Amino acid sequence: MDAVDLVKVDEIIERYRGQEGFLIQLLLDLQGELNWIPRDLIDYLSERSGVPRSQIYRIASFYKAINLSPVGRHMIHVCMGTACQVRGAQKVLDYTASKLSIKPEETTPDQAFTLRKVNCLGCCSMGPVMTVDGEYHGGVTLEAAEKALKDLR
Amino acid sequence: MDEIALTIDGLEVRTRKGATVLQAAREAGIYIPALCDHPDLSPIGSCKLCIVEVEGQKAYPTACTTMAEDGMAVRTRTEELQEMRRHTLEMLLALTNHPTSCLFCDRKDECGDLRECMRKFPMAVGCRYCPNDGECELQAAVEYTALDRIRYETSYRNHPVLREPFFDRDYNLCILCSRCVRTCREVRGEAVLDFDIDYHRQHSIGPVSLLDSDCKFCGACVDVCPTGALRARSERWERPEDFVTTVCPFCGVGCVMDIGVASGHIVRVRGTRGDTPNNGQLCVKGRFGLDFVESRERLKTPLIRKGGELVAAGWDEALSLIVDRFSRSKGDRFALLSSAKCTNEENYLAQKLCRLVMETNNVDHCARLCHASTVAALAAAFGSGAMTNSIDELAGAGCILIIGSNTPEQHPVIALKIKEAKRRGAKIIVANPRQIGLCSIADVWLRQTPGTDVPLILGLCKVILDEGLIDEQFIRERCEGFDPFRDSLADLSLDEVGEITGVEPELIRDAARIYAQKGPSSIVYSMGITQHSHGTENILALANLAMMTGNLGKPSSGINPLRGQNNVQGACDMGALPNVFPGYQPVVGDEQRKKFEERWKKGLPNKPGLTLMEIFSAIEEGEVDCMYIIGENPVISDPDAAHVAEALEKVGFLVVQEIFLSETAALADVVLPATSFAEKDGTFTNTERRVQRVRKVLEPPGDARPDWMIISEIGRRMGRPDQFTYSDPSKIMEEISSLTPSYGGISYDRIDEGGLQWPCPTPDHPGTGILHRDGFTRGKGIFSVLTYRPSAELPDEEYPFILTTGRILCHFHTGTMTRKVSGLNLLRDEELVEINPADGIALGIEDGDLVEVSSRRGKVTARAMLTERSSPGVAFMTFHFAETPTNVLTNPALDPVAKIPELKVCAVKLSRADGD
Repeated sequence: MDAVDLVKVDEIIERYRGQEGFLIQLLLDLQGELNWIPRDLIDYLSERSGVPRSQIYRIASFYKAINLSPVGRHMIHVCMGTACQVRGAQKVLDYTASKLSIKPEETTPDQAFTLRKVNCLGCCSMGPVMTVDGEYHGGVTLEAAEKALKDLR
Repeated sequence: MDEIALTIDGLEVRTRKGATVLQAAREAGIYIPALCDHPDLSPIGSCKLCIVEVEGQKAYPTACTTMAEDGMAVRTRTEELQEMRRHTLEMLLALTNHPTSCLFCDRKDECGDLRECMRKFPMAVGCRYCPNDGECELQAAVEYTALDRIRYETSYRNHPVLREPFFDRDYNLCILCSRCVRTCREVRGEAVLDFDIDYHRQHSIGPVSLLDSDCKFCGACVDVCPTGALRARSERWERPEDFVTTVCPFCGVGCVMDIGVASGHIVRVRGTRGDTPNNGQLCVKGRFGLDFVESRERLKTPLIRKGGELVAAGWDEALSLIVDRFSRSKGDRFALLSSAKCTNEENYLAQKLCRLVMETNNVDHCARLCHASTVAALAAAFGSGAMTNSIDELAGAGCILIIGSNTPEQHPVIALKIKEAKRRGAKIIVANPRQIGLCSIADVWLRQTPGTDVPLILGLCKVILDEGLIDEQFIRERCEGFDPFRDSLADLSLDEVGEITGVEPELIRDAARIYAQKGPSSIVYSMGITQHSHGTENILALANLAMMTGNLGKPSSGINPLRGQNNVQGACDMGALPNVFPGYQPVVGDEQRKKFEERWKKGLPNKPGLTLMEIFSAIEEGEVDCMYIIGENPVISDPDAAHVAEALEKVGFLVVQEIFLSETAALADVVLPATSFAEKDGTFTNTERRVQRVRKVLEPPGDARPDWMIISEIGRRMGRPDQFTYSDPSKIMEEISSLTPSYGGISYDRIDEGGLQWPCPTPDHPGTGILHRDGFTRGKGIFSVLTYRPSAELPDEEYPFILTTGRILCHFHTGTMTRKVSGLNLLRDEELVEINPADGIALGIEDGDLVEVSSRRGKVTARAMLTERSSPGVAFMTFHFAETPTNVLTNPALDPVAKIPELKVCAVKLSRADGD
């Protein structure tokens, strides 16, 4: 981690000083800044907060929302919940993967895109659903998926 | 203490206020199943098996989280509770997929006789194969609730069994009670273990490999596991048939341990709970490092040098030869090194033999190399040179200053008390050139250059004085010599101190304010302070610091030297020193000497003898020609080791009494096989002055004999059967207590449980936890005026690095014992020179490169380890590894008062040894 990051990191840690049960929100805030949680950051966070490294790692590795390896600048989630699947989510996933030339859960070599499967996004009536950088796209067709990617390129 | 009374199952139970219902029930001997609760841990109420019925309450609270109240009526075993427990237990077994044949098989009682051979299968799938069968808390809970089947389908989890250096981790048997995770975090402060939560309910505990983690292998997790998931391999095949309570043979903490024995072997070691220094905790050496006792390399017969070779001989031949040669070297031509590994009784006999039979005071032991400066300085300042307070009190301190001690590695169980103090709100100040484990919890870390402790401590005193933080009343009533000391600080400038020590003046100010204001403040120190050519001054400086703030003679304060060897305190107490009889009674004191002369029925020499380092010089000069070394390895442990080995080769007649053929024993004319701590009875005195009972666990190997028997036999053969005939060690202790005022009230009967802290002058005295309560031993505490003297050898252009030496957690001293333990060798089997990465880059040295380290006295080769733990310009090495004898480098420059050598600072140069 370079010095520039540390200033921001300290600022975020300060927000939660004296609070209890802050770890998940703190990790999400840090990720919002850095896109992922590097190993060094866990060490630093442990030193600053007194929470053992093992505990931070347990929380960070349990939640899929927290990335422990570098991710692309754009994050694409394709919902593979039951409702979306019956409406053709697998096709959307396969198509997106082939367009990006990566497998699900991978990141493109230019660090532009990360593709992930999720189990449910909580809006089954809109299926099939994909999110691009947090923005929800309902009733996705292959054309719509391609357009969403093109808009980002 | 407030006492309350409640009824549990109709029985009236009295307990202390603040106890839980579960604790009250346990104290009354009432069993309630509880799988997540453990006496060491704060309750979490997670397993729900300890539910009870409380009169007047509708719900069923968990006993572990419910406070006992006066007049409470509790029932623990109603049919309703049992029904609920059965459901809970059933769910627990189903969710964790714990094998159940060990719990429900209707023929499990029939196969009991086959248990021993069946368990030798390498896999635990339940049933009698489980290493914990018969001691499992799950089995006990099932039996208690009379659960006889589970209605859910379970499947074997099929986790691989993880093999660690000393124990196996089989998470197929884990019930996720989290005791191990919480012990690692709450009790040991390590937090290495944590849950590995799996999406498919195959939860286990991480990390996968402890060897690759920060694990210290203390084994505390193994001790608290209720099932067979964590089990030491030593107890996998055999269960202890018998338990013996004795004292750990490694460092000076004096952990009490229960050793389980089966068919003449040690199979289990557990820390003894209750009123002991360790309360159930141990470190890796004590818990898993006792294999050396049963090593094949143990000496089993006496050896005599014939034609240049050491050959096996009988006791009679060896002793006759010794008596013959000893008789010809009586007086100051003889010298004896006693042992801080031996019992008090043996040290007493050794110095008695030396003074009475050999007619010389040339007796010393390794305390010369560790705390001679402590004894000299604290005796001068207070009148008594030992730890002023008790280990337990550390946990209650408001501030702890740890200086020159790597406590978590060298005295791990005392480090637990420091961590506990931190949790209870204490401020921690670490002063150490190296980054030690406690730096991460320290409020202030002063990273001084090695050898600059005096100016650093004076700097702290200066701030305290300038800011008016002194305890005037204490100084006025209890001390003397303050005015000259105060005047001597007038010219001291903190900036100058900062320059010499390399510590920011602002940090010194912070530390001084914390130490003076957050009392009671304890000072904990060790070799990093004592092993200097100005070691005595370092400790006098600490004495000044403690006196000026009144941090003496009250609980959780004081100056606490941590002793390195299990019985180094005792060896000093027993007078294995050249200038004092037992109990620090000076040999020059006519009155004291007369007492011993009357009892031993002979005139005794009144001239103080030679100290350890002086003995070797005297051999070189031909003044000493006969030497008897008991349980020491000076060839590896003493500074400028090459010179020591030369001297020992030169001495006319050398007898070494050892448990292994150590590097020193290999030079001897006669080697006598002695017994380890596990094969004899006696007492050790730990660092907090607690005299504790050591008990025989095993029979000695071969013809080996306890040291006290060997020394007595020599004494008898040399014409004093009247003075060297004892039926057992308790008789020796009787003689010790009659001649040693501070041990006057100590007898085997009284220390059978718990031990006693000296001074304990009379048979009804309860022992003394805190020294100098109402007055100092010498009357008033005396301040000393000190000035900075640099270390004897400072880095220069030719030798630009400071080498500092020390120990690491998994080995002990010269490795004579720990290097025989395969598991400890797995943790570390070679010397590593720790240097700062910046120095590594400058010298072109990478991690793992072979490095030649040389000083003006010698050179050694070892692999490099680049680490921030060493500050730039400082290299660190241990002295555990005989193949890399670090002490050929170190400087034998002596402290002028205590004659302790400067092991902690010498100048070296580093270069890559492989040349490319």
